[in-house]
Amino acid sequence: MEKKRGKKVNIVEKNDDNTWWWLLKKGLGAPFLCISLFAILVRLAVSLHPYSGAGDSPKFGDFEAQRHWMEITINLPVKEWYRNSTLNDLQYWGLDYPPLTAYQSYIHGVFLKSFLPESVALFTSRGHESYLGKLLMRWTVLSSDLLVFLPAVFYFIVAYSSAYPRNGKNELAWLMAMILLNPCLIIIDHGHFQYNCISLGLTVAAIAAILSDKELVACAFFTLALSHKQMSAYFAPAFFSHLLGRCLRRRNPFLELSKLGLVVIGTFALVWWPYLNSKQAFLEVLARLAPFERGLYEDYVANFWCTTSILIKWKNLFSTHSLKLFCLVATLSTSLPSMIQQIRDPSNQGFLYGLVNSSFSFYLFSFQVHEKSILLPLLPASLLVLEEPLLFRWLTHFGLFSMFPLLCRDQLILAYVALFALFYLLFHAPGKRPRKIKSSAPRSFFLKLLGFCSFVLHIVYLTVRPPERYPFLFEAIIMLVCFSQFVLLAIYTNTKQWKPQKQSSSIDRQKKLL
Amino acid sequence: MEDEPPPTPRPSKPDDPIKELLWFSLISTTIKLLLVPSYHSTDFEVHRNWLATTHSLPLSQWYSDTTSEWTLDYPPFFAYFELFLSLFASYVDRTIVNLHQGLNYKANSVIYLQRITVMVSDLVLHFAIYGITKKLDPTRRRLIWVLVIWSPALFIVDHMHFQYNGFLLGLLLLSIWALSEERDLLGGFFFAVLLCFKHLFAVAAPVYFVYLLRHYCRGGLSKGLSRFLVMGLLVISVFVAAFGPFVYHGQMLQVIHRMFPFGRGLCHAYWAPNFWVFYIMVDKLLAFLLRRLGFNIQRPTASFTGGLVGDSSPFAVLPRITPLFTFMMVLLALCPCLLKAWRNPQPKKITRWIAYAYMCGFLFGWHVHEKALLHFITPLAVVALDSVDDGRHYFLLSTVGCYSLFPLLFEAQEYPIKLTLLLLHCLLMWYGFSSLFSEVALPKSPNSDEYLEKKTAEPTSDEETGLEIGWIGRCYLLGLAAIEVCGQFLYPLIIGDKFPFLPLMSISVYCAFGITYSWLWQLRCIIKS
Repeated sequence: MEKKRGKKVNIVEKNDDNTWWWLLKKGLGAPFLCISLFAILVRLAVSLHPYSGAGDSPKFGDFEAQRHWMEITINLPVKEWYRNSTLNDLQYWGLDYPPLTAYQSYIHGVFLKSFLPESVALFTSRGHESYLGKLLMRWTVLSSDLLVFLPAVFYFIVAYSSAYPRNGKNELAWLMAMILLNPCLIIIDHGHFQYNCISLGLTVAAIAAILSDKELVACAFFTLALSHKQMSAYFAPAFFSHLLGRCLRRRNPFLELSKLGLVVIGTFALVWWPYLNSKQAFLEVLARLAPFERGLYEDYVANFWCTTSILIKWKNLFSTHSLKLFCLVATLSTSLPSMIQQIRDPSNQGFLYGLVNSSFSFYLFSFQVHEKSILLPLLPASLLVLEEPLLFRWLTHFGLFSMFPLLCRDQLILAYVALFALFYLLFHAPGKRPRKIKSSAPRSFFLKLLGFCSFVLHIVYLTVRPPERYPFLFEAIIMLVCFSQFVLLAIYTNTKQWKPQKQSSSIDRQKKLL
Repeated sequence: MEDEPPPTPRPSKPDDPIKELLWFSLISTTIKLLLVPSYHSTDFEVHRNWLATTHSLPLSQWYSDTTSEWTLDYPPFFAYFELFLSLFASYVDRTIVNLHQGLNYKANSVIYLQRITVMVSDLVLHFAIYGITKKLDPTRRRLIWVLVIWSPALFIVDHMHFQYNGFLLGLLLLSIWALSEERDLLGGFFFAVLLCFKHLFAVAAPVYFVYLLRHYCRGGLSKGLSRFLVMGLLVISVFVAAFGPFVYHGQMLQVIHRMFPFGRGLCHAYWAPNFWVFYIMVDKLLAFLLRRLGFNIQRPTASFTGGLVGDSSPFAVLPRITPLFTFMMVLLALCPCLLKAWRNPQPKKITRWIAYAYMCGFLFGWHVHEKALLHFITPLAVVALDSVDDGRHYFLLSTVGCYSLFPLLFEAQEYPIKLTLLLLHCLLMWYGFSSLFSEVALPKSPNSDEYLEKKTAEPTSDEETGLEIGWIGRCYLLGLAAIEVCGQFLYPLIIGDKFPFLPLMSISVYCAFGITYSWLWQLRCIIKS
């Protein structure tokens, strides 16, 4: 009796310490609902801001590309979507994503047509910009986010909490806030305008399926992600090695592997069905998906090729063909260590690190990388935030920073500043921290210095005019800073993956005992 | 408590309240920043014009200038405030403060500047609410912050529609803070300052007068008289600081003429959900019935919003309402509260009395704007956590009040935003109140036997205790959703563009029920206490 009372008083005291107990008291439903609504609110508010290429004729930007795809898909038969013709000029924002993106464009196109037919009329709608047009387009992104990304994150949290049962409600709610309110994803999808939420959402669902030991479901989801954006291949090595590693430990590895293979092929066949009846149609689509003519890298992306091009003019020295080969070798060799680790010893924890590592090596070394591709390493890093809070904060900071010049061009500075601040505030939300960020004095000093440097660079970029001889001086400096950080983080996550995982293995043992 | 995480080796230290306040305040600021490009009403241009007027004209012409139709009609302190802001504005972009070139200026500079001034001036409100809640237990404190700092009504009115209510409410709360800490002189001072910023807050002046007279000026005739004189001098000096320069320039009549434009009608363009909505509806109904019965009822030519033009009455059957009559109604409604304040002036009740006064002003006032809802929703948040009943009624009032602000933002772009804001607010309130009150339902420092009895009597009865709004409340809130769906989606689909005012009218009438009920409950609460 006495003991009970003592406990109760204790809880009351603890309640006062915990900022959010009034929200967490009744279980996870309440915080999940509130965080999702808040995430929707933030997305809605960001979507008030301009999109890429607004009022910038004749080429416009990603917004126009997506609108144009809707125009093409609802006005032409399926077979014509990827084929150059008088009705479909591939030079003008031709469709260059896999068929699932095309189907999604079709559905959204039908939605737009029912409210504003002139915004998706063939030819005449090129460069269409209107109040309602912007709004409807924004709503298509928002609905995709709600229908794909949000449920996927729910699924992930559920899978994660059963895979790592020691996490309390506080931690899970915070994890969810961190994944859902990732500033980079929000500003690219709802500000700049893209549909990354779909492919990333499908990837999250695949990861969640793996955490809950449903490999076949995971294969199906990941194949769908691949068929929405070929960029999802950044995660392919991790998925492949982890699943291979798991299969090899089963009684009948070959049977397990062929089951997975069948699911992958089946899903692919389903999505690509209209293009499978002739070899030519299939190759046409494939050619559109691999835009090698666009060059080794775009703008000032903080990857290896672009950064070293300050010293070595890759584009002038080598042919595209040999560059392709270089990229392939570099990417594969850098993702090899993490793959080997997963094949030898597949574990959930190692898999999440493997996702970070393989997407990092693609971002740093593959062909035709865009600034926006930093979203891919960021996604698994956000899933790991309870383990590696510092890594995620660091990566988000420099990921956002690396996109700063791009977002400036899109006139999204205000949204950028607000989301940056919001991220730091949520990261340091009052209440319990999952684990106190252990940070030695020199490292925290280094971090503070870096943070200060990036702050100064922001100001300099906005206010100082670069010297005439080097018009892109500041972009180059930003790229250098971000590249150095990304390399550091990639090395860190690679070593972390190879470290013996005491905690997770003990957890696994606990699970077995249960 | 199996699902509780194992205790961390480092004992978790409670966060510093000021740091936590900063966190709440900054979170709201980031959302406000994101809302900068949203729709803003003509009030935006009104305030821009005031910046230009105060910056480029001498003080003697502030209240007589007619370059723009949006003339200065707030008291002088607000004009000084605009003068202060115009210093920054002229530094940022000279066009903003140009009386002629700046007309309807829509550049990013002016939008960012004016929006940011609202965000910064909101800090007064945040500081005031910190002061009021400083001594409460942490959970109540945080919940009140959620109610006030993250108030959706403030987001809608100040940061989208555009006004400076957060700042003015901050002054009101500062005054309430001072009064509740028995620093009456300071409270009176802040209220006088507030009146010189916006005279619409004068509705609570009778409450202030009676309360201060009875609470501050007590303790014998001589002491009371001297205190009365001190308070009077203080208030008068505030008013002199505000209006003195205009008296000097002989502008006083012009200022008063601008501040009290009685050319306006009983209701605003969109009817605020108050008592007069019922009056108008009854009039319409009677006219309709009498016409059916064969009486010859003339259709009124004047409108309720048009004002006192000519002699025609906007009512067909019922007697017409004059400003004096509404004034008497407000005073009459205030009487119970004044009596209570006279008999037993208690500092801990003053918040409710002041809020009640603004409710009366809202329900019975002349040409009331729906934004005046904020004047009582914000102070009531401070007493919302006093009891389960208070929580329940605040939940109802805040939901209805915020919903009745929806017509302010009529464009499609902001529609999902206002909806999400309201839903989030309701959820936070619901979860917050129900966990708080189900916790309180168990005794806080329990006598062991009594505690155990309770515990065994209702094992883990979290679901049953806590917030319970009853089936009427639930039906009423569901009706709110029905009204919204019908008005926004079904009505345009079925009826089309005919009678576009009908959905708005139904919102007014429906919300008026909720607010009148809430007022009655507060009245009962004041009389019973």
